[in-house]
Amino acid sequence: MKKIRQISLALGSAAVLGIMGVANAQDLVVVSWGGAYTASQQKAYHEPFMANNPGVNIINDDSAADGISKLRAMNEAGNVTWALVDAVASDAIILCEEGLAEPIDHDAMLAPAPDGTPASEDFGDLVVSECFIPQIVYSTTFGYRTDLVKEPPTSIKDVFDLGKIPGKRALEKRPIGNLEWALIADGVDPDQVYDVLDTEEGVDRAFAKLDTIRDEVIWWEKGAQTPQLLADGEVVIGSTYNGRLFSVIEEEKQPIAMLWDWQVFDLDGWIIPVGGPHREIVEEYLRFATDTQRLADQAKFISYGPARKSSAPLVGKHASLGIDMSPHMPTDPANAKNTLLYNYVWWADRKDDLTERFNAWLAQ
Amino acid sequence: MNTSATYSEIVKTADGIPLKVSLAKAQRKSKIRGMLLVLPLFAFILLTFFVPIFDMLFRSIENQLVPEIMQNSSKLLVNWDDQSGELPPEEVFAAAKLDFEKGHAERTILRVGRRLNYEVPGFASLFRKTARRAKDFEPPFTEAFIERDKRWGEIDTWKLIKRESGAFTISYYFAALDLSYAPDGSIGIKGETQRIYLKLFWRTLALSGLITFLCLILAYPIAHLLSTLPLRISNLLMIMVLLPFWTSLLVRTTSWIALLQQEGVINDLLVGLGLITDDGRLAMIHNAAGTIIAMTHILLPFMVLPLYSIMKTIPPSYMRAAKNLGATPMVAFIRVYFPNTVSGIGAGCILVFIISIGYYITPALVGGTDGTLISNFIAYHMSVSLNWGLAAALGVILLVIVLMLYYLYDRVVGIDKMKFA
Repeated sequence: MKKIRQISLALGSAAVLGIMGVANAQDLVVVSWGGAYTASQQKAYHEPFMANNPGVNIINDDSAADGISKLRAMNEAGNVTWALVDAVASDAIILCEEGLAEPIDHDAMLAPAPDGTPASEDFGDLVVSECFIPQIVYSTTFGYRTDLVKEPPTSIKDVFDLGKIPGKRALEKRPIGNLEWALIADGVDPDQVYDVLDTEEGVDRAFAKLDTIRDEVIWWEKGAQTPQLLADGEVVIGSTYNGRLFSVIEEEKQPIAMLWDWQVFDLDGWIIPVGGPHREIVEEYLRFATDTQRLADQAKFISYGPARKSSAPLVGKHASLGIDMSPHMPTDPANAKNTLLYNYVWWADRKDDLTERFNAWLAQ
Repeated sequence: MNTSATYSEIVKTADGIPLKVSLAKAQRKSKIRGMLLVLPLFAFILLTFFVPIFDMLFRSIENQLVPEIMQNSSKLLVNWDDQSGELPPEEVFAAAKLDFEKGHAERTILRVGRRLNYEVPGFASLFRKTARRAKDFEPPFTEAFIERDKRWGEIDTWKLIKRESGAFTISYYFAALDLSYAPDGSIGIKGETQRIYLKLFWRTLALSGLITFLCLILAYPIAHLLSTLPLRISNLLMIMVLLPFWTSLLVRTTSWIALLQQEGVINDLLVGLGLITDDGRLAMIHNAAGTIIAMTHILLPFMVLPLYSIMKTIPPSYMRAAKNLGATPMVAFIRVYFPNTVSGIGAGCILVFIISIGYYITPALVGGTDGTLISNFIAYHMSVSLNWGLAAALGVILLVIVLMLYYLYDRVVGIDKMKFA
């Protein structure tokens, strides 16, 4: 059966390749999220790299959202065509544990900071998996309509307070982040959120808190939904990725403002697929594209924080808007008074059963 | 000269080959040519339809992972009596140490952890924690394992590994049917807070049935109109039916969002006309209503076209004759026109129902919480949780339901009566 599957998948992908025309020897397929994010990588990493290496042609593939499932299918078929994949940290952990991503010696492969600090130290805690090279710190946080709220929200408690902020709110359709916020809003000490969630009563308590706003929530699945819902006035407040809010506030000039309280930090970075092509070029690319200057450069095009400590002082102005980017970074001290780094290891264990419970709760 | 001999001689072609043989050869050639023409299609269907479906059927019971990676310990666990109330013997722990060491080196052991985490939360971290240190374990291994994590000292841990160490498993089906499956093999119904899939199967069937019904009552008059109006007007109408059909699915779905949302066109209009108050704006999207409206619109052409093609073949003289014989328009419709359209109704309904039962983009965008369908969860398990076994089990159950309905339809209406044109 396995044989048949491999043969049929190999034939299938061979047919697809045949249609697309076989890639050149130096074509590098880099998988990322598309839109403004891929554009920022194109400007900050790909273009300078291709200018230095005329023989290499980087091809962007925007399928990172289905990255883990597609990679597993390619791996089963024994035909991995992706050279490099952009993945969020939790997916990188899964890919590493499934044996689909290559383990990396960060210090040997990546450039040290300008002052000689080894890469692993420069990235620090953000190296959450031995297969993961962090690029950016982003956060899931709230934006609200300045013209539709009577008084601006100041804390995560206000999101759960229908009296203070009446109207619809948008939350992500998954338990991660929402359960933590519910408990913090319910008065749990933020340092103990995961201890509380470890108990059955703690989970009940989080769901009970979510119950209080349940009828007023629109659940989103794609990052673009909340900015649209806010712009349409469908919701008065909603969570999404901070970069999305930046563009709707600064580029589209919508009457929206940020609520940074208890923003949930998450990481995004590179993994090298096991069995992927052009390993040498990929390593050369990674050494270049994840150095201190390149990570700082990306912040000119999108408001996500560079993952290296040494990049922070180099963050400058937005490339086309000309505004100072530091105040828009989730890592800026003014924004990062209360932050939560979500616990990857804890969620790796509990994602299956709590997602099931979350969905059952939604379906009630 | 013997003329009779000439007649009994075999008829031959100009180049001396018996005609029969030559004919057979020519026919064989054209048969082979015919076969060759069909071959690409056959290979295509085999490769893109049958193989994936059987692969999916197989994945829902496949469990090679555990016995393959925990090779040594799973073999020994077979002999362990899990009812004895005692932990497996030391040799099982020793074998598990080997499995963990090898699996860590080959980077495969954590797949087992993730696989077992579907059954009991916590196995992912248990395996992660153990794999990192397994190579340093010293005998006695029983103690070494328990020292690393006390869960190795619990009988249920080993019961689960024993249960899932066969080459096949039924656990995905239990999960897909909201049944709990304890490590010792006892089966029960899941708690209220974890039950979800049965509800979703039911909702998927109910909403698909409703959408099919709505499509039918909307499409029937349109199709009738199309088939009776003069060609010039009916062509124009036909284009109006087909135009949305040719438009991108996402465009149509997002336009429904713009129309139906609370700050959207329809609500604005109703508020402007004073029919509803500004606070009483209707919630028509991000719920089941949104799914029904958007999907009915999107699937309507699939109902109109089969109905139209059947109605086109009904001669107008039938109705005239019925009326001539004294039937009222209502009776003429019920006894003459309607029975003639049943085959088109059957074709349209089956088409719309089967498409809507597997629909997923539209419900994902406009369905909110009570308008999402089982296919949304299959997609979730395919691309987010990577639990392909459960996705496959849900898919197989859906397939069985469709086949059962198809069978029922065949018994009640008859598949041979279905006509698309």
